[in-house]
Amino acid sequence: MTAPLLSASHICVRLGGAEVLHDVSLALAAGEIVTIVGPNGSGKSTLIRALLGIVPVAEGRIDRAPGLRVGYVPQRLMIDRSLPMTVRRFLSLPVRASDAQAAAVLARTGMAGTEGLQLTALSGGQMQRVLLARALLGGPQVLVLDEPTQGLDQPGEAAFYRLIEEVRADTGCAVLMVSHDLHVVMAASDRVICLNGHVCCEGAPHLVASAPEYRALFGLGTKGALALYRHDHDHDHAAPHDHHHHPHHGHDHA
Amino acid sequence: MTTITTRITDTTMLDDFLVRAALAGVGLALATGPLGSFVVWRRMAYFGDATAHAAVLGVALALATDLPIQAGTLVVAAGMAIAVAGLAARGWAMDTTLGVLAHSALAFGLVAVSYFPTVRTDLSAYLFGDILAVSRGDLGLIWGGAGVVAALLAWRWQALLTATLNEDLAHAGGLNPDRERLVLVLAMAVTVAVALKVVGALLIAAMLIIPAAAARGLARSPEGMALGATGLGAVAALAGLQLSLWQDTPAGPSIIVAATLAFVLAALFGRMRPH
Repeated sequence: MTAPLLSASHICVRLGGAEVLHDVSLALAAGEIVTIVGPNGSGKSTLIRALLGIVPVAEGRIDRAPGLRVGYVPQRLMIDRSLPMTVRRFLSLPVRASDAQAAAVLARTGMAGTEGLQLTALSGGQMQRVLLARALLGGPQVLVLDEPTQGLDQPGEAAFYRLIEEVRADTGCAVLMVSHDLHVVMAASDRVICLNGHVCCEGAPHLVASAPEYRALFGLGTKGALALYRHDHDHDHAAPHDHHHHPHHGHDHA
Repeated sequence: MTTITTRITDTTMLDDFLVRAALAGVGLALATGPLGSFVVWRRMAYFGDATAHAAVLGVALALATDLPIQAGTLVVAAGMAIAVAGLAARGWAMDTTLGVLAHSALAFGLVAVSYFPTVRTDLSAYLFGDILAVSRGDLGLIWGGAGVVAALLAWRWQALLTATLNEDLAHAGGLNPDRERLVLVLAMAVTVAVALKVVGALLIAAMLIIPAAAARGLARSPEGMALGATGLGAVAALAGLQLSLWQDTPAGPSIIVAATLAFVLAALFGRMRPH
């Protein structure tokens, strides 16, 4: 196994005095899709932002492969209506892209021929595809997506995750993404990390979903989704051998 | 006048106060077009007001210390702009904070200026501008300052646009949004210092916002909007001067009236045009 492209070792992140992440470690290998799940306020976005170097880590370290090319899809892009901006112009920010490059990434994300559209005229799903297209410019080795399907309906969400898988199959890039919901990313992820300020458990999606730590976090909120999931997979209750059991910090969940 | 009669025509042309006024207005538009576009995109209208109002305090400082007026306004406007940007970075409730700063800067400035009886008489020159009294030296400062602002914004254009769209996107692209904000803050201070003579402290923000807002409806790209705002600003300056001559109205407010007419026309045109 080669060295990971991107890794965090025992990082702690403090924001405004509060410890948002405590002793978090993760490693992303070439070509794998890793999803970080966790409830609101569990530090998912902060972890992504620490990995990208946007927020500093108080303890621990972030390692990137030398010359690592990262493509980033932010949580949501709020375009002020006062700012006129076509899809084509957007793809040239901050690094100018050629027309051919722009056309290629738009075609890859199913947005071919939309160069002349204004960003404000795009639907939520189209906007996410354009953001993904922009992240693909420059041939990234790692794609980082922060809740990329927020505000999309269920079919839109499913289609977007299929697109991510296709892109991975095409380009071989690793994918690190954040989701608040496990069941929608189940099919698309190789590995899931359940986060709540620290890593609760991690492993293959079906193992995480049956882990007591995961159920403690999600048991009530996503009962329906979990039931749906168990319906699919309850034949597989293998011992969760690749769970990382961290000393427990007692989740405050009723 | 001791002008030598053999001087080349464009220098003698600058002897005409109207030509100087027109050039001052066009020069200012070079800075307010692109900067005003960012003010609109980033919703910094109140920020512009606070910085511009601080210029009155700068006039008082200049009079008290025998500095040139522009130097005094530049120092105080830069101080105000940096203070406001610093508060914004710390997450203060900006609407209220800016309201307090903008209005108190104006009030303190007016009180401070009142200690200088010579200024009391022509206070309106600082509040509404005195474009018809622009000297050659003023013209040099206006074009120099506006040129610096335009060059600074052109140099940081890609980074500024990215940071305006989304700060995380800028960070992930290896840019520092705080540094780009500082570029805008400094550009704002310089613009205020050079605009004081042209439209006055009370109307600088109008000169930033109205041409840019007018250009919005006509533009399809950020560059188009910045150029459109520059062009409309220049046309408004010239038309405002005409209006001022024709109707004997104050020049600064007349320029803003012309810009507002352009805004209304652009809004109507934008409505009629199929989307």
